[in-house]
Amino acid sequence: MRRRAGRRARAGAGAPAWVCALVLVLLAATAGGCSAPRGTSDGVVRLRFQSLAWQKESVDANRALVAEWNAAHPEVQVQYVQGSWSSVHDQLLTSFEGGEAPDVIHDASDDLADFAYGGYLADLRPLLSERLKADIPDASWETVTFGPDGGVYGVPFLQEPRVLMANTELLRASGARIPTPEAPWSWEEFRTAARQLTAEGRYGVAWPLKDPVSATLNLGLSAGGRLFHRDAGGKAAIRWSEGDAVVPATIRAQTETDRSASRATLGMGGSDTLPGFFGGRYAMVPLGFSYRQQIVAQAPPGFAWQVLPPPAGAEGLSQGVSPQTLSVAQDSPYKKEAAAFIDFLLSPANMVRLARGDWMLPTGTRALADPALRTPELGWATGAALAAGLRPAPAQSVRGYPEWKDKVATPALQEFYSGAIDLAELEKRLVGDGNRVLARYQR
Amino acid sequence: MGPARSRSRTPRGVRAAQYTALAGYLAFLAFPFLWLLSTAFKPARELGSLHPTWIPEDPTLGNFRQAFAEQPLAQAALNSLVAAVCAAVLAVALATPTAFVLARRRGRLATAATGWVVISQAFPFVLVIIPLFLVLKNLHLVNSLPGLILVYVVWSLPFALWMLVGYVRAVPPELEEAAAMDGAGRLRTLVSVVAPLLAPGIVATALFAFITAWNEFFFALVLLKTPEKQTLPVVLTHFLGAEGAADLGPLAAAAFLATLPSLVVFAVIQKRITGGMLAGAVKS
Repeated sequence: MRRRAGRRARAGAGAPAWVCALVLVLLAATAGGCSAPRGTSDGVVRLRFQSLAWQKESVDANRALVAEWNAAHPEVQVQYVQGSWSSVHDQLLTSFEGGEAPDVIHDASDDLADFAYGGYLADLRPLLSERLKADIPDASWETVTFGPDGGVYGVPFLQEPRVLMANTELLRASGARIPTPEAPWSWEEFRTAARQLTAEGRYGVAWPLKDPVSATLNLGLSAGGRLFHRDAGGKAAIRWSEGDAVVPATIRAQTETDRSASRATLGMGGSDTLPGFFGGRYAMVPLGFSYRQQIVAQAPPGFAWQVLPPPAGAEGLSQGVSPQTLSVAQDSPYKKEAAAFIDFLLSPANMVRLARGDWMLPTGTRALADPALRTPELGWATGAALAAGLRPAPAQSVRGYPEWKDKVATPALQEFYSGAIDLAELEKRLVGDGNRVLARYQR
Repeated sequence: MGPARSRSRTPRGVRAAQYTALAGYLAFLAFPFLWLLSTAFKPARELGSLHPTWIPEDPTLGNFRQAFAEQPLAQAALNSLVAAVCAAVLAVALATPTAFVLARRRGRLATAATGWVVISQAFPFVLVIIPLFLVLKNLHLVNSLPGLILVYVVWSLPFALWMLVGYVRAVPPELEEAAAMDGAGRLRTLVSVVAPLLAPGIVATALFAFITAWNEFFFALVLLKTPEKQTLPVVLTHFLGAEGAADLGPLAAAAFLATLPSLVVFAVIQKRITGGMLAGAVKS
């Protein structure tokens, strides 16, 4: 026992030394310390640009543009920082609170309201060039305009409409009229076409409704649905109209009555439906425009597909979007330089590069007119034709919308689409419970 | 003899059912890892197949190449390794003497300290992150691995402490009395007598702290800003787009690589846990 204790005593005495050595070596291996200085005594301004680009082509385009800027502007150097869409809100909120936010911030317009009202973002009105102001349509600027004095807290630069990805072979064989942006399907025609495309072992359409709120609300604009309304004083309220019922009622009818839509996909994300689309199990899938990239990468050889416009209602091909945006942090000491970098990044030619990298549409009118984004290949022309109908998502600037979305609308719509509640109960929950949520934010 | 007797009493059918259940459980546990492995080697076309196969029909290393080309995975893995090892070592170094005191000193203070340890586990990340961020900023430790390691140590310390208190209480106090009789002081007793007997507990606690730090995402996301400092869980999210879209092949390849160190560490250490436990059983 004593001999064993002695052996252990030697081992124990040695342990702290090697443990300390290990910790020191590992720390030394990655030492580098604290945040990079934002401006230094050498007179060079250093900006941090946090980008949420994630697809290879998109990351490449962003990095290339940063490199080009840095080469041309030795006095203002931009550091590219890769962010990620997941948890970006919490990450930015913490950075703002701690005074460590990036100078140039990439985000989506529906995420900006809280930051804008919280005073974390710079009002860009005095900073933006006339060229950029004029190049982006008013409808897009509306998505980043907040507060009673109409401050502009971001530059909307990329957006994506929802479209119908269709199996070309099945569509032609069904005999259904093939819609175009000039002559789209009505919602009733869409229902008929989905029935025509339905056969043994195949559904006419697969709705991926893991996130049912944005799809329902944004497509609902075409039928005149808004759900969110503002009074003269700018106070938001939820009201139900006939137009608000069109999209949910159509989807419910397709799954319950027509059996032309798969119930299984209601809980899926967009990517989850692609194998069924490729395998001929679903003839059409409503997806964001950028999903074309995944289809191109994953579709089996010989698979023929095409992009169709979404159904149109009383308001034509209108639909809601939340564009991707570039903002400047209020705490940044280099707002002018940051705005100049944004101006460079969003020149028409560069906007085209960013749009192609993300498989989305640019907001800028000159970029949108670029022939590269008007080609019929891969549905670019169809998407570009939809741009005129894109509107700010109705709820995006409403304070309390995220809580309404998570606590009220998502469960209510999921229950409705699954058949657990009827349309009257859906309306009661979205409006009644929803207005109680909004009231707390508007006292 | 005892275990042998009990084995002989188990009917063969029951034993077969037990093994079948065990095999099923292992298969259930292994499924996500094996599917990840399979996905990592599949080309994009197979990822979109309606009838996916376990064995890739046309296996490729392209996903690994793409993952390394697009993101600084090697640097991120090194950062994660440093953070996890340092957090584990420091957590154990701090928790061991504290656990010894808490286990041996009974009183209101020890009870209150233990209660605080339990309560502190209930705080959600989002509640503490902003004050924590401000504290670290004042210490100039934002965007630095030492800052992240400090957070991980603080975060894993309560549970590490809780685990080790249990292990310390399992060590017979008579051994310490014997050491005292031999003339050993408190520190000497802790280092030479108690610590070796605590080896399985220390290893298990270190493993817990290592895996917690290795997998942690939110603190790393918020605290580390520049690409060269980011850890693996943060870099993995760079393969994810908005609304759940994902670059599945490279994501699977990177995630598969990210799971390997945990598996290796566990495979190496679990033998020590078992060995230590058996050694402890014989001594007591």
